Amino acid sequence: MLKSYVTILGKAVRAATRLRGGGSAFPGLVVERIDPDFIKRTLTSLPRGVVIVSGTNGKTTTTKMVVELLEGQGLRVFTNRTGSNFTRGVAAALLGEIDLHGKLHTDIAVLELDEAHAVHFVRTIPPRYSLILNVMRDQLDRFGEIDSTANLLRIIANATSNTVVLNREDRRIADLQNSLITQQVRFFGLSDDLLATFPCDDQLHGGISLSSTINADVSLTKFDGHNATFQLGDRLIKTPLKLSGIYNVYNAAAAFALVRAILGEEVDEKSLVNTLANITPAFGRGEKFIINDQPLELVLVKNPSGFRLGLQSFDPSGYATMIAINDNYADGRDLSWLWDVPFESLQTDGVKQISGMRAYDMALRLQYDEVSIDSVEPKIGRAFKRFMASDKQQPKRIYCTYTAMLALRRQIGKIVDVESIG
Amino acid sequence: MNKKAVNILQLYPNSMNIYGDYGNVLVLKRRLQWYGYTPQLIAYNPGDKFPMDIDIIVGGGGQDSGQLKIQSDLVSIGPRLKKLADQDVPMLMICGLYQLFGKFFKTAGGETIDGIGLLDTETYGKSERLIGNIIIDSDDFGLILGYENHSGQTYLGKKAKPLGLVRLGAGNNTKDGYEGARYRNVIGSYLHGSLLPKNPAIADFLIKTAVIKKYGEFSGDAIDDQYVELARKTAIKHPR
Repeated sequence: MLKSYVTILGKAVRAATRLRGGGSAFPGLVVERIDPDFIKRTLTSLPRGVVIVSGTNGKTTTTKMVVELLEGQGLRVFTNRTGSNFTRGVAAALLGEIDLHGKLHTDIAVLELDEAHAVHFVRTIPPRYSLILNVMRDQLDRFGEIDSTANLLRIIANATSNTVVLNREDRRIADLQNSLITQQVRFFGLSDDLLATFPCDDQLHGGISLSSTINADVSLTKFDGHNATFQLGDRLIKTPLKLSGIYNVYNAAAAFALVRAILGEEVDEKSLVNTLANITPAFGRGEKFIINDQPLELVLVKNPSGFRLGLQSFDPSGYATMIAINDNYADGRDLSWLWDVPFESLQTDGVKQISGMRAYDMALRLQYDEVSIDSVEPKIGRAFKRFMASDKQQPKRIYCTYTAMLALRRQIGKIVDVESIG
Repeated sequence: MNKKAVNILQLYPNSMNIYGDYGNVLVLKRRLQWYGYTPQLIAYNPGDKFPMDIDIIVGGGGQDSGQLKIQSDLVSIGPRLKKLADQDVPMLMICGLYQLFGKFFKTAGGETIDGIGLLDTETYGKSERLIGNIIIDSDDFGLILGYENHSGQTYLGKKAKPLGLVRLGAGNNTKDGYEGARYRNVIGSYLHGSLLPKNPAIADFLIKTAVIKKYGEFSGDAIDDQYVELARKTAIKHPR
């Protein structure tokens, strides 16, 4: 009786918060306070258990891919796709899915959790499978140093009961296998040719890249912008993709490997590849809108490696570029990382518009890479209007931090339909 | 061309680079170019031959593993660095290398890691991390703005002057209100963000000191610093 009361209360808070707009973790907080066992009770009853996706870059897109791949195989999947990847976000997402008796009618949960929160999460709810993508210097003010972040990921891997899927090309991640005794370990990887395109953290800072001798369950061997080739054992599978950005495509190899581990013999490979071909990027991860007959792309950037990969993945020529940098807690308060990103690739075309709470820090950064700037306007709404009003015949691209992206999506939503993110 | 070369030595860029420390090197390089000089960047990593003819030395912060990799090499080049400091070569050491330029770092576990004692400072590892935006007040450079993130707490001896007094944030430690340390033209500090982009007065101090020492005089047209002035205005209004 009491439990369903809590459930109804939480659902009501969730509905009220959505009406008010924003705050996707808040209803979760309410339920967590009143009924701390809520998440555990609900998730541990799932027949195929819990899957965790963690790492510095690409969690959201990869989680989306894993969910769609599993759904394509007929599974009912629960996920925290609101972009609020903290435990409370999980609780909030659960409230939207359960019935009034607190039951969740799904086969498996696939959750995106960042390192620090995943550590607490796995203590209560050990996952059956985990996928560890990478560790790069991210928001150092939140998690301390990269080695300690790798240790958090180790705790997640160790808490996993069945299979851990690891990135072969990230040394700190591949090394996690050494502390796994009872778990099965699988890898996703890159061909030697592509390895150079994906600097891991050490290579970004002067280290060397080594090709690995470990066998990968799935590796990405080729990507030409539209078609990708994956190697599974000694077989090659070529498929067109709707994902843009080569790092998204590498994450597809990760998702592929994880789904193969979960489904084993049951997997229908042909339909799996079909599903993969139709997956679109997660919001803000190379997501595309059409405004005034021209594409507008949003590229989320939250750390130097992500920004670097973004600049490498998207050719600036012919595009009008905008950059929006906030320094709210969810963006990371420390802006040092902007100085670890080289912006020379923007020198030829320049940057049309800079915005965000730290717009002038970004302008200063570009000044030192001798990139020309047309306009700086910290207020995102005003900057966005100015950006859209200029160069109407040109495709446009915006690089933005997390909270700047949320603000931009609100602006875009005034012009075209934008998928709700909770 | 080479007549106006200015050689910048980056200390351990492979291991000590964690907080956007490249930004400091980039600012020195560009401002020198804009002033009409020819900067040469020289990377020094453990085991390298220590180069001659160095005009500015810059070093950054590292993780614990990075500090372990360079510590014994640093101790071995310590006498050379001290000699250069006494010859008034300007240096900027941030975070990890600021700590190791001091006498020692005593970890929270009680282990003592030797520094080179170029700065008269002692650092003690604590469990608490001092994190956030920081503003300090300095006689020579005015307001200095940055971001701090460290668990080591540093105390100054008699021969070290602070870089400034903390207005917002923690600084060297939680007790005395000092931030950073200075000895002759050497500056040590916990501030990143990076430090030099947001504080061109310090960048120009390092540059002018090096150029005047080498060429007897400094010349160069003023640099357009409108963006940094606006970025500083934003930073001053920002919370911790």
